Amino acid sequence: MHLYTYDGSFEGLLTVVFEAYERKAWPTAIEQEHLAQPTMFGETIAVHTAEEKAQRVWQGLQKKLSAGALQQLYHTYLWEQPGFEQLIFAYIRLAYSSTDNIEGNYAASCVLHVQQAAKQVHREKHRMEAFVRFQKTKDGLFYATISPDFNVLPLIISHFRKRYADQRWAIYDTRRRYGAYYDLHCATLVNLELSPQQRHATLAEAVMDTEEDKYKQLWQVYFDHVNIPERKNPKLHLRHVPRRYWKYLSEKQPRLHK
Amino acid sequence: MYFRCMDDKITGKLKILADAAKYDVSCSSSGGKRKNENKGLGNAEGMGICHSYTEDGRCVSLLKILLTNFCIYDCAYCVTRRSNDVQRAAFTVQEVVDLTINFYRRNYIEGLFLSSGIFKDSDYTMERLVRVAKKLRQEHKFNGYIHLKTIPGASEELIKEAGLYADRLSVNIELPSEMSLQQLAPEKNYAEILLPMGAISRQLVQSKEERKLFKSAPAFAPAGQSTQLIVGASAENDHQILQLSDKLYKNFSLKRVYYSGYVPVSSDNRLPIITAPPIIRENRIYQADWLMRFYGFDAKEIADELHPNLELDIDPKLAWALRNRFAFPMEINTADYEMILRVPGIGVKSAKKIVSARRFTQLSFEHLRQMGVVLKRAKYFITCQTRSLQPQEFDSDLIRRRILFGDGSVRSALLRQQLDLFQKVG
Repeated sequence: MHLYTYDGSFEGLLTVVFEAYERKAWPTAIEQEHLAQPTMFGETIAVHTAEEKAQRVWQGLQKKLSAGALQQLYHTYLWEQPGFEQLIFAYIRLAYSSTDNIEGNYAASCVLHVQQAAKQVHREKHRMEAFVRFQKTKDGLFYATISPDFNVLPLIISHFRKRYADQRWAIYDTRRRYGAYYDLHCATLVNLELSPQQRHATLAEAVMDTEEDKYKQLWQVYFDHVNIPERKNPKLHLRHVPRRYWKYLSEKQPRLHK
Repeated sequence: MYFRCMDDKITGKLKILADAAKYDVSCSSSGGKRKNENKGLGNAEGMGICHSYTEDGRCVSLLKILLTNFCIYDCAYCVTRRSNDVQRAAFTVQEVVDLTINFYRRNYIEGLFLSSGIFKDSDYTMERLVRVAKKLRQEHKFNGYIHLKTIPGASEELIKEAGLYADRLSVNIELPSEMSLQQLAPEKNYAEILLPMGAISRQLVQSKEERKLFKSAPAFAPAGQSTQLIVGASAENDHQILQLSDKLYKNFSLKRVYYSGYVPVSSDNRLPIITAPPIIRENRIYQADWLMRFYGFDAKEIADELHPNLELDIDPKLAWALRNRFAFPMEINTADYEMILRVPGIGVKSAKKIVSARRFTQLSFEHLRQMGVVLKRAKYFITCQTRSLQPQEFDSDLIRRRILFGDGSVRSALLRQQLDLFQKVG
């Protein structure tokens, strides 16, 4: 029995892989330090993240896997669902031990699961790119909050940087309490320490641009009038926009017009 | 909260001109390849994004409006027709530009879909549409998606200019036959519609060739051209409609043909009396269209003189399979990819997964299930390692009944609703 703990970073997880191979001791569990319960049976191995060890694991994988498969592994890390560390480990172990490329082998459960996890993450990424609604502030910043099911903020930055190259913008993940800020030159990840009252990280009316309400209202008007009532289809509507995403959407908020 | 009276005016116009544009079903915003290379606003290089969905379940990706709903034409199926008693309005060029930019900056939309009623004459109208696109591109460095509707009868120079600023151009074919067009839109004719369609298609080819030689040659409507036709406002059967689409795809290399189930917007006595839009029929035609474009089906295989209409209660691929039982059952471990695509219930993604996974191991039904292959319909048509989930040989009628009414079959709420409606009417 070998419980590995690490600091929660992707490099940390790759370091766990390195250590496991070094010791020839396959993990029975991999957990983040602050979540780990001490085990009664077996050994707990606390792994310290080491850049060069992580690098070696990654380079080894690059020889075995395509860029697309490496990206799927990273997406599985951002997936954050219970057991993702073990899943990544199982995938890496299969990749190392096979002489052939394992990528299309959906009959192997870890390959299939990594593919499915990556797909879920990709879908959430796409949804965030679609459902983010910026509000303009008095000083010309476009601001939005998100709380995605999976940790997709790092994945959506480049999309918004390319799209809004000429405007300052910020996107804040209220669940994971960090954000991305673009200052017209580059986009950086920022940590904001907010008091419990500011948990929702919404903008006060006073800092909003004077035209913000006007365009929010026009958007709601547009949304209402582009609908064809004779074709009403609530089931299809909900399949495309599940209720948990409504909080982002200004067109799903109370009407500013009559 | 107070709004200035200017804002109220814009709100009023937006209500009228969004209402008037919503029957145009095109919503695509992909294939543009327009990158943000000038540190401007917007990027249309990737696939399009649906930013919202209306309560009728359609995607909202573009700001889809008419420049004006004043129109000199009187097409029976059109809500904007001259003789219809509706409120009229017109945006200025600047108003459309401001709306587009401000919606885009807030991540509401992918870009603009601009169409118009015809006021004064074709060129006068087209010139204004072009001016909106030009202003967005040149003054605002806007790289978002722009779809311009080409006004029938507009001059070739204007169409050429439109293609320099727009990502996609479209001319609506309107109705599935020339005869219907004469009846319902006497001021229009196929020749006038096909002329600009041909001109766009020639420009597309020419620009592609020029860009092969000179990378800096201007791109012409990089997302290509599309068209739309109205289903259910005239008497054509599905066979005729699919034949027309097939020709349009082949002769004008269209990216998409859109089908718009006729929504009764008119009590004009030239039209059939219908109470609800033919949503299921429209859906079946789209499925057939997909079969032609992505599944390697020929139009003739889907509908012909013997089977002129698509069946409403089953999808066209299942209908084809039931008519062609000799091609089945298909062995999943050995059948060609093209044949696996023809199995009812198996889509492009599942077919690709199957072909990829079977290189590693012989696949069983359990493998298929884990991969997410839907077996509800497929199980009647496939074997895995020569084993079948259906030991008895069923005849086609029995399979159809099993799929429609058998264990665990979930019928679409919409289908149930429309079938109920037929029963009530009947």
